[in-house]
Amino acid sequence: MRLQKNTLAALSSVLEFAANPGEQLSAAEIARKYRISPHHLAKVLRVLGRARLLESERGVGGGYRFTGNPKRLTLMDVIELFEDISAPRRGARRAAHRERPAPAASEVEDAIGVVLAEIDETARATFRSITLETMLKLIARRRK
Amino acid sequence: MQLKKASRVRSVQPGDLAQVIEIDAGITGLRKPAYWGEVLARYGGGRRRERFFLVAEMDKRIEGFVIGEVRDWEYGMPACGWVFGIGVRPDARLQGTGTRLLEEICEGFRRLGVSKVRTILARENHLILSFFRSQGMMAAPFLTLEKDLG
Repeated sequence: MRLQKNTLAALSSVLEFAANPGEQLSAAEIARKYRISPHHLAKVLRVLGRARLLESERGVGGGYRFTGNPKRLTLMDVIELFEDISAPRRGARRAAHRERPAPAASEVEDAIGVVLAEIDETARATFRSITLETMLKLIARRRK
Repeated sequence: MQLKKASRVRSVQPGDLAQVIEIDAGITGLRKPAYWGEVLARYGGGRRRERFFLVAEMDKRIEGFVIGEVRDWEYGMPACGWVFGIGVRPDARLQGTGTRLLEEICEGFRRLGVSKVRTILARENHLILSFFRSQGMMAAPFLTLEKDLG
């Protein structure tokens, strides 16, 4: 599984905010630290703001402040704001094709769909079980 | 801010069982006195040193419990500690009770010479999954499989 660029930028941002509770951070600081284009990051932060995870302060020295709860907010809560990683419905891929597949191909696709759905279920459960606080601990452990 | 007193973790005693049943029923919605009687007989009272049934007590009230054991060599795996169940009263959560219970059982596992602890639980059990994750547990290199017996 791969996460989209926006999602990764959002995760980096919320983790940066969660690691600095109460601090106001500017989009430029985050963009520099994570090498994300400022234009791109601005869009991501707007989505996080709309989801009430960030509060923006305007004016000179303005920036964003984290308003989420790192003990409660999971990776999935953030990922879901940017992409749908729910398992595709069986046969959905086939419906996108104009031509009707051969029966054998359709059976294989169905069976592969079952396996992919199993993998996706596990991925979703994993994202749902990891809070930002747990991620910060994981990052700290890996730094040692 | 007033610091809350920490609970004390100790081995279960028969007189604790009613409260353990009540905690479990509060969490799962199912009262299983017969099941807990069997768990007490098998894991309680220090009958076998590789089996653990611990409770966290504060002011004579049981706040939570943990059950587990050290198991040997299944599918060729080295022995490891298994945690079968952990539960904390909803009104006693976020005070480190679960952490203390897990630390204590892990200490027991370490004393028996094992270096890994494992557990298994439903994917949908976000609360307990998050708890184990917060304690540094990661996915193990195993897959659980099942099949309808029809």
